[in-house]
Amino acid sequence: MPPDAILEVKNLNAYYGPAHVLQDVSFEIGSEPTAIIGRNGMGKSTLCLSIMGMLQKVDGSVRFHGEELLGKPPYKVAAAGLAFVPQGRRLFQSLTVEEHLRLVSNGNGNGRWNTERIYELFPRLAERRRSGAMQLSGGEQQMLAIARSLLLDPKLLIMDEPSEGLAPAVIDHLIDAIRGLSAEGTAILLVEQNLSVATELADRHLVMVAGRIAAETTADELENDPDAQRRYLGVEPLAEEA
Amino acid sequence: MATSAPEPLSAGIEAPGRLRQPKQVIGGAVAALVAGWLIVKAVGNFGGFLNATLLGLTLAGLYFVVASGFTLIFGLMRTINMAHGSLYLLGGYIAFELQEKLFSDNKGGFELSIGQSSGETQYSTIEWLVPLLIAALAMGVLGVLIYQLLLRWNQGQELRQALITIAVIIIAGDQMLAHFGGVAKDIKLPASWPTSVDIPLIGSFGFFRLTIVLGSAILVGLLLWWMIKRTRFGLITRAGVDDRDMVSALGINIPLVFAAAFFIGSLLAGFGGVLGGSMLSLQPGQDSAFLLNSLVVVIIGGMGSLGGAAVGAVALGLVQAYGASYLVFGGTDLTNYSILLTFGLVVAVLAVRPYGLFGRPA
Ligand SMILES: Nc1ncnc2c1ncn2[C@@H]1O[C@H](COP(=O)(O)OP(=O)(O)O)[C@@H](O)[C@H]1O
Ligand SMILES: [Mg+2]
Repeated sequence: MPPDAILEVKNLNAYYGPAHVLQDVSFEIGSEPTAIIGRNGMGKSTLCLSIMGMLQKVDGSVRFHGEELLGKPPYKVAAAGLAFVPQGRRLFQSLTVEEHLRLVSNGNGNGRWNTERIYELFPRLAERRRSGAMQLSGGEQQMLAIARSLLLDPKLLIMDEPSEGLAPAVIDHLIDAIRGLSAEGTAILLVEQNLSVATELADRHLVMVAGRIAAETTADELENDPDAQRRYLGVEPLAEEA
Repeated sequence: MATSAPEPLSAGIEAPGRLRQPKQVIGGAVAALVAGWLIVKAVGNFGGFLNATLLGLTLAGLYFVVASGFTLIFGLMRTINMAHGSLYLLGGYIAFELQEKLFSDNKGGFELSIGQSSGETQYSTIEWLVPLLIAALAMGVLGVLIYQLLLRWNQGQELRQALITIAVIIIAGDQMLAHFGGVAKDIKLPASWPTSVDIPLIGSFGFFRLTIVLGSAILVGLLLWWMIKRTRFGLITRAGVDDRDMVSALGINIPLVFAAAFFIGSLLAGFGGVLGGSMLSLQPGQDSAFLLNSLVVVIIGGMGSLGGAAVGAVALGLVQAYGASYLVFGGTDLTNYSILLTFGLVVAVLAVRPYGLFGRPA
């Protein structure tokens, strides 16, 4: 358990209608990057949405720097310092790249992030600034989804499967970018099914099984335990993949 | 405007390799029939045809002003504000009452209901504009109240919201009947304005309809277009139409944006009510009539689309105007049934484009 917990989740439950999807989820994370791994359908995305205030039927407690977030609408959660890069990116199909950035930035250049810095981090977005979001490649879309969340100057960035559907070279670029954010002091909660991405970015791993946090482990342990990889993720172990 | 088939019919005949869907063939045939019928009428009496067209377009202007506010609210919030027509009628009545109470020469009001023997008040332009502004603003504020007090805590429950706003229609309708009575009321136009203008081929045509109503519609369309394309509020609106929750997760105060949308949308309903009360007249039943018109316009055009509302308004206005002039066959006068043409139009558009001309799945 991290000594300097910034996010504390306690007995978090979430429901879709009668389906009880998150069952008493409890964990804490500190400012070092933390990964949540687990197979499809285990409740990882539901956890992200619950923290962000984007689900209606939830109970329990989510505290960020001591402030209770559960029950607040998403915009208040964002105001508390959380930003979210959702699974599938959820870009706005009617907006261009530029407009996505204008939507979030309030024009005050005081924060750490502004449009110029975003374009420095992702030069590809500058080239495509007038393109509609749906005309972008998968990698560009992911960059845009991260970019717009950064404009909130988040203290904690929650990313749900950012590597999903991306080519290996694009994933490497993404890993570099996320490492840079982490080095700058942005706390990161990363949901991943791609084990190599998760282990490269985070040392601490929480394993989600059937709506519960079933285990806690480290990148080293996971990398050296093909059996655990198979159990937690249902994938062929890393060593055999390489 | 029934020419909504994606390609002319002949394309289907000339391209034997491609099988056309039967509904497109039928749609094309109907469109060709309607076009042919209109051409026959136009050749028979061109001036009359132009007159009907212009009547339709000016009617479309009124429909657009009202429906653009409706589609703004719907597109952003997925809330059908059933009370939109009530805001239209109440806006008109308030302007009427303000004009009477503030500016009438015989402020008693009693003589007016008996007859005009005491002489009509000559109103100035200001005496038309002031009631217009106050009524439109009042409807904007009332719209915000409806949202804050009745709808906000039912966010995401569209059926409940629809039922609540239907309750508002019924209550507001009865209250307006009690207060303003069942007799049609007109908002008086400024005496200095001409009643009609002469147009080549058409002859005399209503000045107010042609300049003020059509001009207002174009101005409202341009302003809304600018707002949606160029302002941050417009950005938020467009993004909100795509994915409301994600907009909120990006730190944007969605309830505030919704309240603003309700203000603008309801203000436009009230503004439309004043235009309508000056161009036509105000009477019970127009609340539901204009709700229906707005629904038809945005269903044809596609829910939430401003361009769609413009096209839908023109389609509805023209169909109603042509229906009123041309549904006479020999000695049989079928103009009473012209409302059926409206629904024919809706059916035809939805058969070819299920989400309306400019719409897309929610
Ligand atoms: N909108 C929804 N409505 C009903 N059930 C859902 C919905 N979204 C997810 N679920 C169910 O909740 C469970 C957890 O889903 P999810 O959180 O998306 O898992 P993960 O992100 O780990 O793949 C799954 O069984 C899924 O079928
Ligand atoms: Mg998921």
